[in-house]
Amino acid sequence: MADAAASSVAPAEAEAGHPGPGNLGDRIFNGTLWALGIMVLVVAGLIVLNLALVARPLAKEHSLWGFITSREWNPIEDHFGALPFLYGTLVTSAVSIILAVPVAIGLGLFITQFAPPKLGRVLTIPVELLAAIPSVVYGLWGLFIVVPWLRESIQPWLGKHFGWLPIFTGPPIGLGYLAAGAILAVMILPTVVAVSVEVMKTTPEANREAALALGATKWEAVMMAVIPYSRAGILGAVLLGLGRALGETMAVTMVIGNSPDISLSLFAPGYSLPAVIANEFAEATSNVHVGALAGLGLILFATTFLLNAAARVLVTAVQKGPSRVKG
Amino acid sequence: MNLHSSFTYRKVVDRGMAVVCALCFIGAFIPLISVLWLVVSNGAAGLSWAFFTELPKPVGEAGGGIGNALVGTLYMVGLACVIGLPLGVGAGVYLAEKGDGTIGSTVRFMAEVLSGVPSIVIGIVAYALVVIPMGHFSATAGAVALAILMIPTLARATEELVRLVPGSLREASLALGVPNWKTSLSVVIRTAMGGIVTACLLAVARAAGETAPLLFTALNNQYWNLNPSAPTASLTVAIYNYAISPYDDWHSKAWTASLVLLIVVGLLNIASRVLTRSRLKGAR
Repeated sequence: MADAAASSVAPAEAEAGHPGPGNLGDRIFNGTLWALGIMVLVVAGLIVLNLALVARPLAKEHSLWGFITSREWNPIEDHFGALPFLYGTLVTSAVSIILAVPVAIGLGLFITQFAPPKLGRVLTIPVELLAAIPSVVYGLWGLFIVVPWLRESIQPWLGKHFGWLPIFTGPPIGLGYLAAGAILAVMILPTVVAVSVEVMKTTPEANREAALALGATKWEAVMMAVIPYSRAGILGAVLLGLGRALGETMAVTMVIGNSPDISLSLFAPGYSLPAVIANEFAEATSNVHVGALAGLGLILFATTFLLNAAARVLVTAVQKGPSRVKG
Repeated sequence: MNLHSSFTYRKVVDRGMAVVCALCFIGAFIPLISVLWLVVSNGAAGLSWAFFTELPKPVGEAGGGIGNALVGTLYMVGLACVIGLPLGVGAGVYLAEKGDGTIGSTVRFMAEVLSGVPSIVIGIVAYALVVIPMGHFSATAGAVALAILMIPTLARATEELVRLVPGSLREASLALGVPNWKTSLSVVIRTAMGGIVTACLLAVARAAGETAPLLFTALNNQYWNLNPSAPTASLTVAIYNYAISPYDDWHSKAWTASLVLLIVVGLLNIASRVLTRSRLKGAR
């Protein structure tokens, strides 16, 4: 349409074919692009609006504070409390962060600092592949491989040697917080590694060389030049990983045990925000039940939105750093 | 003496930490090999022509396939592409060409933040947008959810690819008197086209592997379906249902279906890699 209009006009009016603000083709093109860009903001608005719309019946029944702090989830009696799901989401995410972050930072340092550049590039391939595996396949793997392994080897061992810690007590069921956290750790690893590598690469070579020239070993140069420079960015990478862990649905649903309880032991089955939405949404009949599930979705959206925003600010600040230093 | 021993100690720490960092690689490698090996070894036995072409059979009957789920996934991802690819790529071109102002950086920031929103939340949004007005679950609802998921990531990827096009190309075209819009379309975007196709393939691969947003939008279907307003089966939801069922036969079907899904996703990823490589060669 834009093409036809402009090319039919161009030969007749020499002016219209020339570059400049008055060109009809340019105006149509700019307008279309602008509309497409604004669509992203419209989508964001639609997300918030629709979540709020579906969650509205809940607001008539419960106050926000009551919803968040109540432990009871009973759809039959229309009583909805989000606490067990919030707890389960936080615990599983915390486990995954504790397991994944040290490995991710080590791997990031190896790829950027210790490995020869060629090997570093080759090593990123398996990490990328890990990110490409669909969540439901992780769930299947977790359900039939990781859960039995935890039940038969890891949990009895932890119980025997660390049973005095309240988090490692109770019968080794396999399904539960620990299984969900372990699988989440594998799933968020690629995100944390990729972003860490990105920010570690922005360390100015001069800083590192200065440390090495003063007689520092490679590791000391890492601790003196690379880590301080990219610290904020690594924190951003961890926040991005945390955001993924909070919202991950399928794998967690399949291994967390799906029981709306709050237990201190990591061996116990629990529930998470995305898991309860996945399990109950299609079968929820009353408006309040759907509203409560959408309310959980709204909490999830707000949390991940803030986490991602914070992470982006941190990562961008580190990436913009070098230009300021060089200039 | 004291200095010497401390130097040895420092060397040992240096080597030790290098080894520890290298060992971290195992943390990524073992799960990857384990997932791939188990999916292949548990799933390969179930592969047969019938698995791709037949409808699922009820519990207890041997045989049956996931033909309808495979078609359903292709159908919904195809529909999602119709909505999601133009919007995602268009927003990306906007960011690269006009996105330097305040609105541009707001759009960019929003796209980045939205790409981290959990897919299950997008499922609720598609439920509100399509399922509630329609009154029932449908393939359209599933496709809308997948499309919304595609837009932010695709926008950021497209922007980066369009920005890679050298400014001299644009200037050469403008110097020849070609209007701005024509320069953008037939010089800048055309040069970045190979990369944009790659980004689209990756977006399709991601959409094909999504489960959570389909659970209560497209729901499921035991039969063939190409009606956009009827519930539709998908490969990922089929895997989920088979996996959590109590039947051994269904468990092995879940593994085989996972193998099929991994092959589809893998092929899309390989295709995008090959395209990227040939594009880079062409540029040199």
